[in-house]
Amino acid sequence: MNALPPGLPTPVPSVDGLDANYWQGTRRRELWLQRCQSCKTWQWGPEWVCHMCHSFEVGWEQVKPFGRIYSWERVWHPVHPILAPACPYVILLVEIPDADGVRVLGNLIGEATQSFAIGDEVEAVFEDHDDVAIPFTLVQWKQVERRAT
Amino acid sequence: MSLSVRGKAAVVGVGETTYYKRGDSPDPEFVLVLKAILAACADAGISPTEIDGYSSYSNDRNLPSRLHTALGAKELRFSNMQWGSGGGGAAASVGNAAAAIAAGYADCVVAFRGLAQGQFGRFGAGRGGGTISGEHALGVPYGLMSPAQMYAMRVTRLFHEHNISPDTLRAVALASYHHAQQNPRAIMYQHPLDADTYDDSRWIVEPFRLYDCCLENDGAAAVVLVSAQRARELSNRPAYLLSAQQSGPFRSGASSHNVPDYATSSFKTGAPRLFAQAGVTPEDVNVVQSYENFTGGVVMSLIEHGFCDYANANEVITFDNLVSPFGRLPLNTSGGNLAECYMHGLGLVVEAVRQVRGDSSNQVPNVNVSFVNAGPMVEVASAAIFGSEAVL
Repeated sequence: MNALPPGLPTPVPSVDGLDANYWQGTRRRELWLQRCQSCKTWQWGPEWVCHMCHSFEVGWEQVKPFGRIYSWERVWHPVHPILAPACPYVILLVEIPDADGVRVLGNLIGEATQSFAIGDEVEAVFEDHDDVAIPFTLVQWKQVERRAT
Repeated sequence: MSLSVRGKAAVVGVGETTYYKRGDSPDPEFVLVLKAILAACADAGISPTEIDGYSSYSNDRNLPSRLHTALGAKELRFSNMQWGSGGGGAAASVGNAAAAIAAGYADCVVAFRGLAQGQFGRFGAGRGGGTISGEHALGVPYGLMSPAQMYAMRVTRLFHEHNISPDTLRAVALASYHHAQQNPRAIMYQHPLDADTYDDSRWIVEPFRLYDCCLENDGAAAVVLVSAQRARELSNRPAYLLSAQQSGPFRSGASSHNVPDYATSSFKTGAPRLFAQAGVTPEDVNVVQSYENFTGGVVMSLIEHGFCDYANANEVITFDNLVSPFGRLPLNTSGGNLAECYMHGLGLVVEAVRQVRGDSSNQVPNVNVSFVNAGPMVEVASAAIFGSEAVL
């Protein structure tokens, strides 16, 4: 089951190709982010040039699909009728330790009222959308189960 | 300081249309802008045909060439746009107008903004269907599409990093509604708000309740600027521009919420220059208009401009401190974007001018230094300080 109902605008890679590696990666259930091949600086969202050294060889690397909650919001008001049955839902801003803390968005899988906090560890869930003209896969997040101590 | 607009230009006229609920304007947006400009010229006592410069922001749709032609003005010498960032350019539009006058590019510049959301679409609504690409493709599929949803997480992070209380958000909302009850122009005139009603109001997106979010309106506003010398001929109390700054921190436009310093109103870079250019300190400011897209952005703005700090924000940002005439920090004295009208910030500029002139509906006594900012949390925000003749 997907985090949100069908009918929202569907993401397609930019015609200029800037983010093609990201969207191709999620289809393979992999998280790929930009990393400068010259100075090794991570950056996200994608840019044409490295903001640190101005190399155009920004490149891409696969990162482990784990992160920590950097911030969050719980949405109660549907800004489009499609979202009404889904409210409330949670959007997470997740920092990726494997990529120097750059941040990736996504929904929190499961009940919107589940207990969680900034700093909690989360794991990516790759949510396939195959029944659309241009299939895509979203990166969603679920809490990493805490082991009993 | 030689490289400065300080005291070189002044606002001599303000104009506003009737403010309407979004979609309710009987006039097209262009007509609203014309009416606001004509009202500002009448207020200034100058002919609209004297306007030779235009300054706006947020990619306003009403082109200077069209306005100039419609008004039959003699010559168009300056047209200026502060791109993007929502209402973040409202104060910048005044700064750019003053800069044009100080540089000799134009003599009489109007800063304006018009909105007709029925004609052109609602700010607070998302869309369904179709495809989306680029930076929005990284958010919209997660149901992250409205301005409230774009900025709520910054405020959550502010609470986390600095132990700011949500009570500060309520204080900002209550102060705006309190002031609107004295302002017949305000959409929320005769619609008071009390603490219980605020507390019982529905969540839009946590941590924002309904009353933490700006209105959505149709209307237009305009201010007319001329040189300080001309201003003294036209008015016995011009609102001189002491300073104006745009403020876009390091990588402020990084998509997918990747600005490194996240829990910020975007004013940390601009605020020190703003006060230095004006030659005043936050303690000298008599009254504050701080753009409320959302109340949490106001809290960040007040801290980052030095009206309080992270440690004492919970004690300073209280209803009693924020209300005119005798609060320690009178805030949003027209009702602002929450309760007067969401005129994309230019209404706050008008109110900052009124406070210097002494004709606000919630006048603070003896205002000599009047502060206004615009667009907290956006990529490029802006702020301005107006002053009376006494502080030049």
